[in-house]
Parts: sequence; structure tokens; C-alpha cells
Amino acid sequence: MQRKSLLVGLFAAGLLNFSLAQAQTTLLNVSYDPTRELYQEFNPAFTKYWKGKSGQEVVVKQSHGGSGKQARSVIDGVDADVVTLALAGDIDAIAEKARLLPADWQKRLPLASTPYTSTIVFLVRKGNPKGIKDWGDLVKPGVAVITPNPKTSGGAQWNYLAAWEFAKRTYGSEAKAKEFVANLYKNVPVLDSGARGSTITFVERGIGDVFLSWENEAFLAVKELGPDKFDIIVPSLSVLAQPPVAIVDKNVDKKGTRQVAQAYLEYLYSEAGQEIAARNYYRPTLDKVAKKYAKQFPAVTLFTVDEAFGGWSKAKEVHFKDGGVFDQIFTRR
Amino acid sequence: MATLKKSSVLPGFNLTLGYTIGYLSLIVLIPLTAVFLKTASMSFDEFWQVVSADRVVASYKLSFGASFLAAGINAVFGLLLAWALVRYSFPGKKLVDALVDLPFALPTAVAGIALTALYARNGWLGQYLEPLGIKVAFTPLGVLVALVFIGLPFVVRTVQPILEDLDTELEEAAASLGAQRWQTFRHVTLPILLPALLTGFALAFARAVGEYGSVIFIAGNLPMVSEITPLMIITKLEQYDYVGATAIASVMLVFSFVLLLIINGLQAWTAKRTGRDR
Amino acid sequence: MAGAVALHVGGDHAARFEGKAATRETPLVKWTIIGLALTFFAIFLLLPLLAVFVEAFRKGWETYLTALTDPDALSAVRLTLLAALISVPLNLVFGVAAAWAIAKFEFRGKHFLITLIDLPFSVSPVIAGLVFVLIFGAQGWLGPWLFDNDIKIIFAVPGIVLATVFVTFPFVARELIPLMQAQGKEEEEAAVVLGANGWQTFWYVTLPNIKWGLLYGVILTNARAVGEFGAVSVVSGHIRGQTNTLPLHVEILYNEYMFSAAFAVASLLAMLALVTLVIKNWIEYQAARSYRTTYGTSQQESAS
Repeated sequence: MQRKSLLVGLFAAGLLNFSLAQAQTTLLNVSYDPTRELYQEFNPAFTKYWKGKSGQEVVVKQSHGGSGKQARSVIDGVDADVVTLALAGDIDAIAEKARLLPADWQKRLPLASTPYTSTIVFLVRKGNPKGIKDWGDLVKPGVAVITPNPKTSGGAQWNYLAAWEFAKRTYGSEAKAKEFVANLYKNVPVLDSGARGSTITFVERGIGDVFLSWENEAFLAVKELGPDKFDIIVPSLSVLAQPPVAIVDKNVDKKGTRQVAQAYLEYLYSEAGQEIAARNYYRPTLDKVAKKYAKQFPAVTLFTVDEAFGGWSKAKEVHFKDGGVFDQIFTRR
Repeated sequence: MATLKKSSVLPGFNLTLGYTIGYLSLIVLIPLTAVFLKTASMSFDEFWQVVSADRVVASYKLSFGASFLAAGINAVFGLLLAWALVRYSFPGKKLVDALVDLPFALPTAVAGIALTALYARNGWLGQYLEPLGIKVAFTPLGVLVALVFIGLPFVVRTVQPILEDLDTELEEAAASLGAQRWQTFRHVTLPILLPALLTGFALAFARAVGEYGSVIFIAGNLPMVSEITPLMIITKLEQYDYVGATAIASVMLVFSFVLLLIINGLQAWTAKRTGRDR
Repeated sequence: MAGAVALHVGGDHAARFEGKAATRETPLVKWTIIGLALTFFAIFLLLPLLAVFVEAFRKGWETYLTALTDPDALSAVRLTLLAALISVPLNLVFGVAAAWAIAKFEFRGKHFLITLIDLPFSVSPVIAGLVFVLIFGAQGWLGPWLFDNDIKIIFAVPGIVLATVFVTFPFVARELIPLMQAQGKEEEEAAVVLGANGWQTFWYVTLPNIKWGLLYGVILTNARAVGEFGAVSVVSGHIRGQTNTLPLHVEILYNEYMFSAAFAVASLLAMLALVTLVIKNWIEYQAARSYRTTYGTSQQESAS
């Protein structure tokens, strides 16, 4: 009997604890893989800023995963207040499939709702033993390329499109580009579902000669796991990656958190927010901060998905939907 | 209800059977029906297109093939292990016997990262295997290793009690008739063990086909090469393709159910063969 | 699946077989078999277990303790325990009811019912998660209604509990059914004839007979409930400090380059698995003892 009452007590304590946690003002930020460290630093800064400004205690909870997977969770009902995903297409999907925010969400914040940008670079083993200089080297026989699965990872879609655009410009046709990308994926030994999984495969498991990585992820790997192990190679051409942010209207209206959610996203554009982004190797968009950190980021010729592929929804439709170009490349092998 | 059963003086049949069926329906049957209802929203052609797509078929081959092979490996080595545990004394036997159930109690995710740490190129075993040209982690072989791990207890635990119950007289009779040990095993012992061995094999197989947690860490998840069927379901889900996910799920469900019917048939056979009331 | 998880009241039989020439192998064969079996055991079972603990302590005690006392880890512990605390009693009550109906009565469709009870064992955990998304997800059958009424099932505690209940569904029932079938119903019938009501019969006659099997079913259910990954992963939403269970926390740490921390939390789960096995062995010992005192000391009898 005594044990029974102990169990009941534990049970009640657990429930109580849970409901207490629910009672505070809580923001849920559903984000993609490589932003873990960024928001780990940004959230406490925002909490402090918001407390000073409004006196309100706010706790920011995080969820991370492959960008597509995260969008799926929000569509299925994770009550995210804000989404900070890898690409506009994933937030479009939330707007389209679940109608949780308006289709023109990208117009609501400055710079197409993109507070920080990034690009795709190559991470190679120290001394670059395979002599990898540019995209063209990736299809050489014997070069193992690590990149996540574009069907589930936002970063991988940027990789894929950057490779495609390079080939189109270099070899002059869509058909050649398809052949090039197909050859590139022949050199991929492991296809993780998210960018972070790929980083671990390359960095920790020692698989592959070159890792197509978010710039911030590459810098972080070098910093966390030793500059004596890896080099960063900047290709001749890369894509301007624009990971956007948005408020999920239906969720914030229900929870009454619109004001703080809005402030949270706006704080990303502030000088303090931009500093934090830059410290975590995201390219800041605020001129002042950009200048301060200019030396940190190598100069690359960048193209945007809008100019090269006519926007994300078109790129997704052609390349990444079931039966699209990516599937054709893989099932043909 | 009462007409279904033979009469008994014991009370509580309606209550317990009613509760059993009610709870079963609520937790298992109704939720599983959702899969079929959702699948029914597609036409047969669409359904067929999803479940027979090249990538999905490749995943069946891997899931079922690797599971079958893993169950086979477990049948052989599980029998050896059970044999050693029942028939011989050796140091550490109690510990080995106790640890056999570990894969059943150990969370699959823990098994996944542990196996990856062992078999990756720079892992404990991987660093010796890789120079020999054997790649385990991130290949179909890695999937096999994970499935062997999770299926390990089943054959041992189904064969062990039968071995223990075995009368020594049978083998003594065979020996007195001039049979060699191997002949005795082949013609006397093995036929007795066969139903239990098959049951253990089928259990390990059933468990392996659906396994997810331990496999995804070590598989590499390459389309057409090292994607298991449960991962295909997840991949479809992550692309907001709910019907596609449920179509594949329904194929797996039907398979699981048929396999279970076979297993329960096998267990009835075991019971009959050995006179054990289980 | 009964055989694989059933309580196993064995005892040592080696002497019986090794004592006679006809059932003994030559030392060469014997040690080859033992060698092969133990090599297999070491590679596939011992090494992974060892790897967990070695990796966990690679960066020392301090990292280890930090990983386990991290607020997110603690909240994962709480959630995991909560899920187990709810799902174990639910499946316990079900298991007893199902075993009573199936073992003590004859009725048509019994084998089919047993197969249905087994279903969650062989259904992929991924599918278990998927079904609850189909029903309770925002795009699912009940999604809009749940949203309007502000009830959260998936990506919240109820969904995690549901998924856990689903995957641990058969264990208590499957533990008890063979046990109660083996024991027959004469004792219960005698009690009823002597005037006991159903509840008394169960409490004073059946329960003492099945208590070890019941206990084993419970610890097995608990071990699976604590360790479930696939199904919970689909319905969790991975919100740290809120909907993360321990196995999911392992995955998160693993993905954050915090390998030692990931293995530290993993070692906690592995320890729990080991404790489960220790309790299991203790139960088998106790059960063997109580069988011996009840039925005499013959090995033959105690094994059945």
C-alpha cells in the first residue's frame, strides 16, 4: 500500500510539474539542424532583452531537425510560435498545407524575412589530400562526397542546386547539368537525413573526402573539433542561402504570444542579434555588423535561387518532388 | 458472448473478455484501421505505383533480406549458445545466460549509437575491418549487424527450455543402437528442436523487419542501397506524403499479421511436439 | 512470442547431460561449441554494451555528471518516467484481464485474439507513431476538432504515452497467458465451489500463483516503455525540455557533437536494462524456489 501511495505521489508530482511548466509565457522556435548553437546563444539574450523591455518572463523552447521534417511537424500540429527553417519552400509548405500563416508571409519582415544568410562551402580533410578546388573536382573517380538527402534536408537542396547551377554555367546546358549532378551523387557513400547527421558522418566517423556544408556548419566543425583536422575550401561559385523566419499566425493567436513572437524575430535583425548570428558564422545582413565581421567570411561569387531557378516552389517542383529529377538520378543507378 | 464459450463455474468471463476486446480495439485495432482507411483513399493504381516504386522495392529487399539473413544467423548461433548454456558448464555461464536478454531490454537508440561507435571506420572494430576491405557501418552489412543484435535473444530463449526438457534416454537409446553423436543430433535431437527453432527464427524475423531505432544510426540510409522500409515510411511522411506513407505501412502491416499467424501456428506445433503446455 | 519473453525457471542441467557418455561430446567438440557461442555472444552483445560505458566516461566523471544533471536531461527523465508510470499500470490491468479470459475459459476465436494481442510486437514502431499522427495530427481525423478545443495529443505528453502504451501492449498479457494456462483452473474452481466470489478467488488463489510472472511482465513492459524510440520519435516533435524522452535526448546530444554526453545518457538507459536483467534473474530464482516448495524438488517438474 505504501508503495502504491508513493507511486501516486510521484505521478501527481510529475503532472503538477508539467502543468507549471506550461503556465509561463513560452515561445517555441522550430528550427533546422545547424542553428542549434546560434539559438542557444540568441535565446538567453532575447529573454534578457524582453524582460528589460516589457518585464515579462519568457522561456524559449527549441526543436531541431532536418528542415523538411520540422515543417512536417508543424503541419501535423507542433504548436510552433515561430519557424526558422532552412529555406522558404518549407515555410511555403506550412502555409499551403496547413494554412497556419498567409501565403505572402515572406513580405512581412525585411529582406524577404531573411535576417541572416549563409552559403555552401567544401570542408575537406587537413592539407586537402584529394586536391579539391571546385565543384568540378567532386565528380572525379575516387572522391567520396558527403551531403545529406535533399528530400529531407534543406541544406542538401542548396548543395544540389549550387552544383546544378555550376554545371549549367560551366558546361552550358540543363542536360549536362543533370549528368554532372548524377555523377556527383554516384560519389556519395552516405545520405543522412539532416545536415547535422552528415557533419557527424564526415567529421566523427571519418567517412568521405569532402563535405558539402553550410558555411556556418563548416566553421563550427573546424572550431569545435580542431583546426588541425580540416580545411575549408571556397568554390568559384556558390548559392546565396537565405534561411527565412516567420511567425506562425494561427498558433500565436491562439496562445496570445504574437507580440513577443514578433519581437523575437525582430530582435534577430537588431545589432545585438546580428552580432550573435555573426559569432555563430551566419553572414549578417546589417551593414555595420557585416563590416565588422567581413574578414571572417571569404568572398564568393553568389547566385540566388530566384534568379537561377525561378524561385523555390519551381525548384522544388522540378527537382525534389517524388519522381522529380533527383529521384530520376537515384533510381537510374 | 456467453454462447461462445463452454460452460464454466468461474466468474468474470464477460467482464474480462469485454475489457480485453474493448482495450485492444481502442489502443491497437482502431488506430491500425486508420492506416487502411487512409490507404483506401487512393485508387489501386496509385497504391500500386507507390508500393512498387523502385526505391520502395529496394527497401523491401533490404528489410526482408537482411532480416531473413539476421534471423538465420541467430538460428545457427542461437542454437549453439542455447546448447552451450544447457549442456555444458563453463566459467561465467550464469552471467552469459543473464545477459542474453539484453537486446530486449536495451533501448534501440542506445544499441544504434553503440554499434555505430564500434563499426565506423574509426571505431573499435571498424579500424581493423576497414583495411581488410570490410565496411560495416553505413552499408547493408551494418543493417545486418544491428538486426542480428536485436534478434539475438529470441532463438536462444525459445530453444533453451526445450533443450532442458529433453530426456537423456532418447540419446542413450540412439547411442546404444550404434549412432554417432552427430547422427544422433541430426536425426533425434534436431527434429525435436525444429519447431522451437523455427519459432525463434520467425520471432527474430518479425522483430527485425519493423526495427527502426538501432538501424537508422548505422545504415547510411542511401536510396536504393541501405534504406529500410520503415525509413521509407518516415521519408514519405517528412515530404508531407501521408497517403504514400500509409500505403507502405499497410503493406508492412499485412505482412506482420501473416507472420504472426505463422508464429502462433508454429508455437502450437511446438506444444504438440514436446507435450509442453505453452 | 510467448517463448521468447516467458519467465524461465530452469536451473542447471549441465550435470545431467555431461554425466553420461551418450549425451556428452568430446572435449574438442564441446569447447568448439562453447568457443563459437561465446565469440558470437562477445561480438554482438558484450562489445556494444562495453562501448556504451567506455564512450560515456571518455571525458571523465565530470562531463558524465554534467550530462546527467542538465535541465533538459532531467526533464527527459521526468517525461520518460511519466510515460512508463502511466503505460505500465494500463497494460498490467489489461494483461491480467486478457489472461483470465483466455486461460480460464474456452471460446471460439481464441487463437485469433492472441494473434491480435501480439500485433503491436511485430508492427514497426514507425507505423505505431504514424497511426497516431493520422488520427490526432493537425491534418488528421480529429485534428481540427482538437485544435478548436485546445486539446493537444501528439507532440505533447498524451501522444507520447499513447505510443508507449501501444508498443508495450502485449508483454504482460503474453507473460501471463501461458503461465495461467499451465496452472489450469482447478484451484480457482475449488475456491468458487467453496463460496469465494470472483474477486476473492483472483486475489487469494490466482494472484499468489502468478505473482512472479506478473512481476516479470511489469519489468519487461517498463524496460520497453522507457526505451522506446521509433514510435515516440514520430509523435514527439523533439521540443527540448518538453517532449523529449531519454532515448530522444540521446539522439539530440549525439547530433550536437556531444558524444560523451550522449553516451552518458545512453549508459543510464543501459544501466536500467541491466537492472531489469538482475531483477529478472532474482524473480526466476524466487519463482524456482516457490515451485520447489510447492511441487517438490524434481528438476523435471520445476522446468515446466
